[in-house]
Amino acid sequence: MRIVLFAAFATLLIGFAPVEVKAADGNVELTNQEWSFDGVFGRFDRQQLQRGFQVYREVCSSCHGLDYIAFRNLEAIGYSEDQTKVLASEYIIEECCDDQGDIFDRPAIPADYMPNPYPNDQFARASNNGALPPDLSLMSKARHGGPDYVYSLINGYEEPSAEVEAEMMDGMYYNVAFEGNQIAMAQQLFDDLLEYSDGTPATAEQMATDVAAFLHWAAEPKLEIRKQTGVRVLLFTFVFTVLAYFLKRRIWADIEH
Amino acid sequence: MTGILLAMSYTPHVDYAFQSVERIMRDVNSGWLLRYMHANGASFFFIVVYIHIFRGLFYGSYKSPREVLWWLGVIIMILMMATAFMGYVLPWGQMSFWGATVITNLFSAIPVIGDYIVTLLWGGFSVDNPTLNRFFALHYLLPFVLVGVVVLHIWALHIPGSNNPLGINATAKDKIPFHPYYTAKDAFGLGVFLLAYFTVVFWFPNAMGHTDNYIPANPLSTPAHIVPEWYFLPFYAILRSIDDKLTGVILMFGSLLILFVIPWLDTSRVRSATFRPIFKVLFWVFLADCVMLTWCGAQLAEGLPLLLSRIGTFWYFFHFLVLMPVVGWIETPRPLPTSISTPVVAKPAE
Repeated sequence: MRIVLFAAFATLLIGFAPVEVKAADGNVELTNQEWSFDGVFGRFDRQQLQRGFQVYREVCSSCHGLDYIAFRNLEAIGYSEDQTKVLASEYIIEECCDDQGDIFDRPAIPADYMPNPYPNDQFARASNNGALPPDLSLMSKARHGGPDYVYSLINGYEEPSAEVEAEMMDGMYYNVAFEGNQIAMAQQLFDDLLEYSDGTPATAEQMATDVAAFLHWAAEPKLEIRKQTGVRVLLFTFVFTVLAYFLKRRIWADIEH
Repeated sequence: MTGILLAMSYTPHVDYAFQSVERIMRDVNSGWLLRYMHANGASFFFIVVYIHIFRGLFYGSYKSPREVLWWLGVIIMILMMATAFMGYVLPWGQMSFWGATVITNLFSAIPVIGDYIVTLLWGGFSVDNPTLNRFFALHYLLPFVLVGVVVLHIWALHIPGSNNPLGINATAKDKIPFHPYYTAKDAFGLGVFLLAYFTVVFWFPNAMGHTDNYIPANPLSTPAHIVPEWYFLPFYAILRSIDDKLTGVILMFGSLLILFVIPWLDTSRVRSATFRPIFKVLFWVFLADCVMLTWCGAQLAEGLPLLLSRIGTFWYFFHFLVLMPVVGWIETPRPLPTSISTPVVAKPAE
């Protein structure tokens, strides 16, 4: 019995330790949100992901790429095949090359990946005061705190105190969620910046939550199937373990130990 | 098994490795499951092996007549470390690249031939495409070597037979057939292991990885804080506890190699710590020391963590080099039971 308790304890320890959001550098403040995809049975809220995609498309995508997401992937957040075709066709892809060897433009199809806003990193830096806007495909897994980080960062713009402001570098903005508190990106989301197609009031907070959820989907698109498979696998393993326990007791019953 | 399937979809090239791993995660059928099982499988392999090693240290399983068995075990651990390290490089994220840079650079501390060895490991003059290619090849090869040594380990076990918690020689009447007794017991143990393993694979698949490894490798941008996987942290703490690079490297490798000689360092003839009152306490202190070093390895090497890793490193070697031989002489072990069945029969049935 002791070993069972020990294993349960170890599982708890391993399982729950990473949930605490670790502030990497003391001066980073993250706000924890409740996400529909948290927990054992967590699922994405398709409506929220579509709103988040709208925020990405109308705001973030002017500087940030989403290199690992193809238009066909958008079917997973609730768009129909026809809708993804229409969405894709609004983008222009530079294709190499026609019969004459010239680069030509064509509308995107669902198999295409989201076009990056910049042709190369140097161009991106030159357009952004020397800073390179990172690709957002994996952002939610590439920072401590994941979606909480993304949400906190977008919402983390505050007026710095006078002494902090004096030390700020030119062209940098004060952000409580960013390591070092100086970020090259200016605040992007303001109330009613866009109009949600589902009629949800577009507060800055709502948009930040939605786009963070969308980016978490973009980073971990298999989250739902992972958790669903996990429930089944764990139930099976649990039954197996219980049976194995009683089998062991029965087999060992005639042995003094 | 997961590795063979992953290798089918992986591209060992600096420009495509990261991307091909993401393709596995997104487009390969069940690719996400294969990769999460593979990465966390490595971590869980280390968890059980570390438990196994500490159990061996507690019950004196390294002592005569089981030295060869113990040495093969140490070789297995070192091979596992090499395999895991090279595997971690393959996704070619930031931690892959910079971890590879830090660890391969350790060899440059060796006098005279150090630089030559590093160039050989890299296949060039920095961690680059040839490094990735050879690490991929070796990461595929080493598990087969590992299986070979595991077979030898089991073979070596079958000559003296298993040790037992009492650490005394078992007689025929103390023994029971492996099947059905141990197959049944191990089936339950496997179940408990899988419960923990699957919980992590399906709900916390990235908990034991580093977030920076989801950023593609960039040789021009060093992460603020390079940390290895958790199973290397105590050794990393030992490495960083000394300012001098060569000494740090010697201590780090020494901390592994010292395990080869503990059959001679432990002078006590009693195997099991159950009957060794002083050694028993020291065992738990040593375990706590290793846990502390693990924590130190994850912190920046400055201030309190640095001080603690120095104390921890000192204690690590002090335990093996001084305490083990000395305690063996001065300690009076409690009387050993005459046979394994004696204490069982003596105590009232449960």
